[in-house]
Amino acid sequence: MEIPYTVKPRPDTGLYNAKVGIWLFLASEVMLFGALFSSYILLRVGAPDGFWPDVSTGWPHGLLNIPIGTFNTAVLIASSVTVVMAWAALKAGNFAKFKGFMIFTVICAFSFLGIKSYEYNEKFTHYVVRMKDGTAVTGHFDHEFLHGFLDKANTRRDQKNAGLREANAKAKQEGKAPKELLSHLSNRFLTLEKFGEENVESVKMLVDVPSAFRYPVGMKPPAVGDGSKGSEHGEHAEPGGHFEKEVKLADVQSIAAFIPSTATFFAIYFTMTALHGLHVLGGALVLGYFAFFGRKMWHQEPERLTNRVEVAGLFWHFVDLVWIFLFPVVYLL
Amino acid sequence: MSLKSFHLVFLIASVLLALFLAVFCFDQFQQTGDRVQLVWSMVSGLAAFTLVVYGRYFLRKLKHISYL
Repeated sequence: MEIPYTVKPRPDTGLYNAKVGIWLFLASEVMLFGALFSSYILLRVGAPDGFWPDVSTGWPHGLLNIPIGTFNTAVLIASSVTVVMAWAALKAGNFAKFKGFMIFTVICAFSFLGIKSYEYNEKFTHYVVRMKDGTAVTGHFDHEFLHGFLDKANTRRDQKNAGLREANAKAKQEGKAPKELLSHLSNRFLTLEKFGEENVESVKMLVDVPSAFRYPVGMKPPAVGDGSKGSEHGEHAEPGGHFEKEVKLADVQSIAAFIPSTATFFAIYFTMTALHGLHVLGGALVLGYFAFFGRKMWHQEPERLTNRVEVAGLFWHFVDLVWIFLFPVVYLL
Repeated sequence: MSLKSFHLVFLIASVLLALFLAVFCFDQFQQTGDRVQLVWSMVSGLAAFTLVVYGRYFLRKLKHISYL
């Protein structure tokens, strides 16, 4: 059976069916992302006064990497330009040009996802340490300390797992349930409990020095010492930099990476950007399919392929438009 | 609405974002005195201008394609 109105416009709508379909779908997408943007606004407006991280519920500012976010925005804008150029090339009957533009679009899409993954990894290795006296600091663990800790912890875990494997083999013969093996630790998602399991007494951190970017417009960051050698914050204590600090775990209430359970901001940030990332991935797969497998349809039904590319381009533009709103909301404001 | 029309909407949003970023970076420059922010501000302004120029080129190139 032939699908009607894939090329010719339907008389009552004046459009081919797929175009009506994609706009109905995009209307539902507007509601989905609209609900998330509304949630973001309500969460932010409802956040109690106080500035991250000293007040756990205070809304964090400037934790995201603006240059990387800006670069990713430029990548998506470039991809929108090339997708529309690919469609125009099909309209002009030039399949080779279409393929070139489309492959560039797909490269842009995967570059965006690669950069986003890098940003996510940065967050998973960035920590907030809350002290029992109510104060808190953010930062990374010192590289040397961390590698020493991980080597020691994972060697101990390997030794324990060797014993567990032997015990599990015996348990299997006796028909008993095996015990779960210990997983290796990495520099991501570390917690106070994980340090406790390895009997660590203190951790060495590279603490973030508050910069103006971490505070709302008009708000000045607190003083961080004179920045001189031998002062509490050492020689690299200028705003935006780091200073070394040894933190005794006996004084610590919790250690948490920048993950959704750590703060409301991260929960909504990861929800929105991950959902957007899934849309980028879906769009890239469809566009890639047209680029690499569209030749057959181009020879059989060129107008139908052109319309399909237009529909996919409309979806791609929507996904990029969502980012145009998402970027200032989560990175800048 | 065709891809041509939606692309124009997208371009307008992109120009507005670039202008906002230019203002944002200039504000940061005024607050912190960080010259890198001033450079970012100028680059963003230039990006906005480039997008407007591209928009004109795009309209000329696709003038025979419908907005519907």
